[in-house]
Amino acid sequence: MKSHFKRIIEKGIREDGRKFDEYRKIKIEQGVSKSAEGSARVMIGETEVIAGVKMSLEKPFPDTEEEGILMVSSELLPLSSPDFEPGPPSIKSIELSRVVDRAIRESKVMDMKKLCVTKGEEVWAVIVDIYPINDSGNLFDAASIAAIAALKDAKIPSVKDGKVDYKKKGTKALPLKKEIPVECTVCLIGNKFLVDPTYKEEEVVEARLTVGTIGKELCAMQKGGSKELTEEQINEMINIAVKKTDELRKHLK
Amino acid sequence: MTYKRKNNRKYDELRPMEAKVGVIKRADGSAMFKIGGTTAIAAVYGPRELYPGHLQNPQKGVLRCNYNMLAFSGSGDRVRPGPSRRSKEISLVTENALNPALILDKFDNSVIDVFIEMTNTDAGTRCAGITAASLALADAGIPMKDLVAAVSVGKIKDALVVDLDYDEDSYEEGVDLPVAMMVNSEKITLVQMDGLIKKEEVIQAIKNVKKALKKVHKVQVNALKEKYAK
Amino acid sequence: MSEILVKDKDVVIPGQTLATGMDYLPANGTLREEEKIISSQVGLVNLNGRLIKVIPLTGPYIPKKDDVVIGKVVDITLNGWRLDIGCAYHANISLRDGVEEFVERGSDLSQYYNYGDYVMAKITNISSSKLIDLTIKGHGLRKLTEGQVMKITPSKVPRVIGKQGSMISLIKEKTNTKILVGQNGWVWISGQDPEKEIKAMNAIKIVNEESQTDGLTDKIDKYLGGKNDIQKKKQ
Repeated sequence: MKSHFKRIIEKGIREDGRKFDEYRKIKIEQGVSKSAEGSARVMIGETEVIAGVKMSLEKPFPDTEEEGILMVSSELLPLSSPDFEPGPPSIKSIELSRVVDRAIRESKVMDMKKLCVTKGEEVWAVIVDIYPINDSGNLFDAASIAAIAALKDAKIPSVKDGKVDYKKKGTKALPLKKEIPVECTVCLIGNKFLVDPTYKEEEVVEARLTVGTIGKELCAMQKGGSKELTEEQINEMINIAVKKTDELRKHLK
Repeated sequence: MTYKRKNNRKYDELRPMEAKVGVIKRADGSAMFKIGGTTAIAAVYGPRELYPGHLQNPQKGVLRCNYNMLAFSGSGDRVRPGPSRRSKEISLVTENALNPALILDKFDNSVIDVFIEMTNTDAGTRCAGITAASLALADAGIPMKDLVAAVSVGKIKDALVVDLDYDEDSYEEGVDLPVAMMVNSEKITLVQMDGLIKKEEVIQAIKNVKKALKKVHKVQVNALKEKYAK
Repeated sequence: MSEILVKDKDVVIPGQTLATGMDYLPANGTLREEEKIISSQVGLVNLNGRLIKVIPLTGPYIPKKDDVVIGKVVDITLNGWRLDIGCAYHANISLRDGVEEFVERGSDLSQYYNYGDYVMAKITNISSSKLIDLTIKGHGLRKLTEGQVMKITPSKVPRVIGKQGSMISLIKEKTNTKILVGQNGWVWISGQDPEKEIKAMNAIKIVNEESQTDGLTDKIDKYLGGKNDIQKKKQ
């Protein structure tokens, strides 16, 4: 029966009538958390993801004494899907946060040096927590958009007597470049490429390629799924992703 | 009576409330409940198979609640992900608050999972979680005698106040007393208390909280009608 | 003194008082609390003489003997198959209830029903420890090849089928599809034209979500494009 669903896709038809390179409706809302330094809710169709940024003053890593700390974490809440179970982070949630982390880190969108307070002593640690609220497919892209939207929303908290004063909202934004990274996941089902899969489509995805772009450059990639890809297929997937990330970025302006 | 509440709130006045049912499409039932700066979302999955088998009850279904705060929902530092002693206790009292209302005899040997996530917190989180969870269970079609509503009552200086916010909750000599109740039958399913208070005041506080719970219940009823009686 | 506080087809919620006094009798979806009858479900009131019932608008599937359900094979055992039928308990089809021919010991059972296969089967027995027995022997019962399975609210099954099957016939005819509805709310749809298959699924989705609204048949007819021929034929 799975193969029947696959055959329908191969005939060029998606269950919700979308084109193969068409995203569901995207909605981004910033400032959804009062206590986070920055936050965002991203809806792609029925998929909903919340991301929040918390900041604290920490001792820098010895090999990067002049740089702040960035950490991206996610938890696949069992609230968001019957397929997720409570417990320590699953391999799926680790992959999700690492793929999002990579695009942010490698795009160098954040000037980590500007997060240094005192060299070797004290730097800002920026922690992005990503949570799916409803998983109706394509958590990767939703998470990547949510993380960036939350970082853009974030304000560095005020400091009183060397301590972070979480009660008083800061006014200074994070040192982010104007150009921001966005990721798009291109999926292979049968002989078709498609973007923004529903959870039902995800069940028959054979291979996927997540591509992060910033400006005209690529900043991160991750192949997933058990099927192999040819060079031509990867090229085409990159082409689709570049085109779609340019579109996705417009939502974040 | 010297204590004055923020925004001129009356002692028996609740913060603005909002509720919505069916907010998580993948769940069997779900709800959001917001009171002031506190927002809880709850999802119900099941009845489904319960493993390991020794947890099963051959007489009725088992309710399993899981309370959690999103890492950035606390008022200060980031909350470490994963269960804490606090969250485990709240999960337990949430189960106890909801169980008396549920009719689970048709679901023997199975489990009904309730996941509660706090997205924003300004005190009263266990009460908001219980209120949202009760709505989510009704949305999932789990039979029940009544909805369960919950709110806290407390004492700040000489005043007995309902629905404490974070500043009131953390007031040094204050008393916090969360109460959950099956509202129609006025049967109480959760009482906890911390702080020093006279016996007479506790009795009065519980009396006061009943009126507040009727208001919470009204918001619950409207949320269900909003989805099902369009 | 007894008094009824609701009207037929009112939407009620758990804990709501439906009637007071001892003259009325609580039926499915309701319970008596002292001198009151209250609802235990979100649902529609159904008054029948002195009997008060609430027909749930949401809720899990509760298996009953003789129900015809659609299930998915999740395990192959030594002497049969285990199926998920959308409830808290797994159901079993024994070799004898699953296959007509004689099956030799140790032969590969996946040739009959493999993991992930869907079947239309009937519940023959539910033991006290909630073991559910299914059979595939009976009229219309079979393995479901091709097609897709979607899930609807089990209590909406009668609405999706419609009076004397009117709703499901309408959808089948307009989309040229084959549709089977299990009592457990699992629905199988199969058509030659995948676009029409999806259209049929969407129509069922609409019925599931808007089951209370009046004139639903007309709405579905309109959605599927065109005059309601079936209704006319019947009149």
